[in-house]
Amino acid sequence: MINYETILSNKAKTIKPSGIRKFFDIAAEMDDVISLSVGEPDFKTPWQIRDAGIRSLEKGKTWYTANAGLAELKVEICRYLKNHFDLSYDPKTETMVTVGGSEGIDICIRALVNPGDEVIVVEPCFVSYAPIAELTGGKVVPIATKAENHFRLTASELRAAITDRTKLLILPFPNNPTGAVMRREHLEAIAEVLRGTDIMVLSDEIYAELTYGDERHVSFAELDGMWERTILINGFSKAYAMTGWRLGYACGPAPIIKQMLKIHQFAIMCAPTTSQYAAIVALRECDDQIVAMRDQYDMRRRLLVSELNKLGLTCFEPEGAFYVFPCIRSTGLSSDDFCRQLLETRHVAVIPGTAFGESGEGFVRVSYSYSISHLMEALRRIGAFLKDLKSKQTEESV
Amino acid sequence: MDKLLTLLEDNARMPNEQLAVMLGKSEEEVAAAIAGYEKDGVIHGYKTLIDWEKAGRDLVTARIEIRVSPKKDRGFEEIAETIMEFDEVETVYLMSGGYDLALTVTGKTFKDVALFVAHKLSPLDSVLSTATHFVLRKYKERGFRVVGEERDERSVTLL
Repeated sequence: MINYETILSNKAKTIKPSGIRKFFDIAAEMDDVISLSVGEPDFKTPWQIRDAGIRSLEKGKTWYTANAGLAELKVEICRYLKNHFDLSYDPKTETMVTVGGSEGIDICIRALVNPGDEVIVVEPCFVSYAPIAELTGGKVVPIATKAENHFRLTASELRAAITDRTKLLILPFPNNPTGAVMRREHLEAIAEVLRGTDIMVLSDEIYAELTYGDERHVSFAELDGMWERTILINGFSKAYAMTGWRLGYACGPAPIIKQMLKIHQFAIMCAPTTSQYAAIVALRECDDQIVAMRDQYDMRRRLLVSELNKLGLTCFEPEGAFYVFPCIRSTGLSSDDFCRQLLETRHVAVIPGTAFGESGEGFVRVSYSYSISHLMEALRRIGAFLKDLKSKQTEESV
Repeated sequence: MDKLLTLLEDNARMPNEQLAVMLGKSEEEVAAAIAGYEKDGVIHGYKTLIDWEKAGRDLVTARIEIRVSPKKDRGFEEIAETIMEFDEVETVYLMSGGYDLALTVTGKTFKDVALFVAHKLSPLDSVLSTATHFVLRKYKERGFRVVGEERDERSVTLL
């Protein structure tokens, strides 16, 4: 009998599994759960994108593409980045198509990090950065952003985290789970800290199109002197509601993209061919749909922020992505207990902030990629839950 | 302010307070805009989408295509206005193509609808011919799925 414990990779074994699994196991047993936990759009991929995928299959385009992706798609990606964010990349040498933004994150970290290198991870954040950095032998240096700073990274926090071993800063804005965005002036302060250093930046801008308010998203690579140190990760999942197509891209200086491409071609060959053909149409024809979806998210965002604040779960106004991150400290519960009790008593699923880093304690992530009627029902249940909790606490104190 | 209209179209029962929040307006502004739309006839009214079959009431719906001879000077207006008056008639559209008017008619039984066509519709002077098509099953109505339930198929794989 093989003792698998002794043969498995130590690094793989030490990676902590995602802490929210247990909630979903409970939720799966219930039949009337209202979930606000999903991290992907509720919209279906716009029809003409789906149609383009179908047509490519009909035409028999079922082979691998070039490792770095279809030339035509890369040209469209570069045109899009120029038009939307004033970024210039060469489609041939500075752009590659990846299997979702996730693969871009993976190969970027693997292409840059040597054992012992320090990787600064801005928390709370998407769950994959730290495990991948650790698999690569890097040392994760978390920075906990603060509610009073609207969960933005500040220059002084960054300065305090930098050592002479710092290799990479992972900058995840607009942010999952907080919904925080870094406007130009905030990014400029970060750029000022990095100027004159060799610290690289992985800028995960997968939610770039989901930024609310009058100002558009500013890419970190736009700032003076930052292009040369930035690997931009973006993709089609969030902006075009294409999560299941698994398609993203990475752009950056040619010497880095070249190494990332090498890992990509050995690990995965190329991104899905059907998805690449569909994505060409997304970039060419679907600007209007992006705006329409963003408008929908924006209305839901306003609704949730207002109603949660009314219920006493204070949240700062998130300006990006499709999450709000209310503070639940007023209930006296930990994030974990809040989520468990809310699920068990009122059958509403939200995610504890701690799933996104220790600094998420005291907060929960609420997704608004749901219909308005779904959100209203969830809010009603959360309201009832808070009322129960209050009367229970009053009783106990008497 | 057509965002307000699109919101109301799908959420007619949403309170003004929440509508205002979603649109970044004050409650008064929203109330005034709705009043204006109602006055101008942009908003005709508010109805409820009811699945009468589930509610246990017998209901038969038919689409009726009518060819008519238009009247001098008044075209199709006169006959359309006459047909509109029948309670059985839910919608009246003037159509391009092979026939002129399209009606949606409801009754309790097939016979009700057939009698309506035979006794009320066909005898009208300008009606040349009718073709009645009974609805067998509704799949989608006014943008809402009527058959089955749309299940949220998204599963949280990671986050």
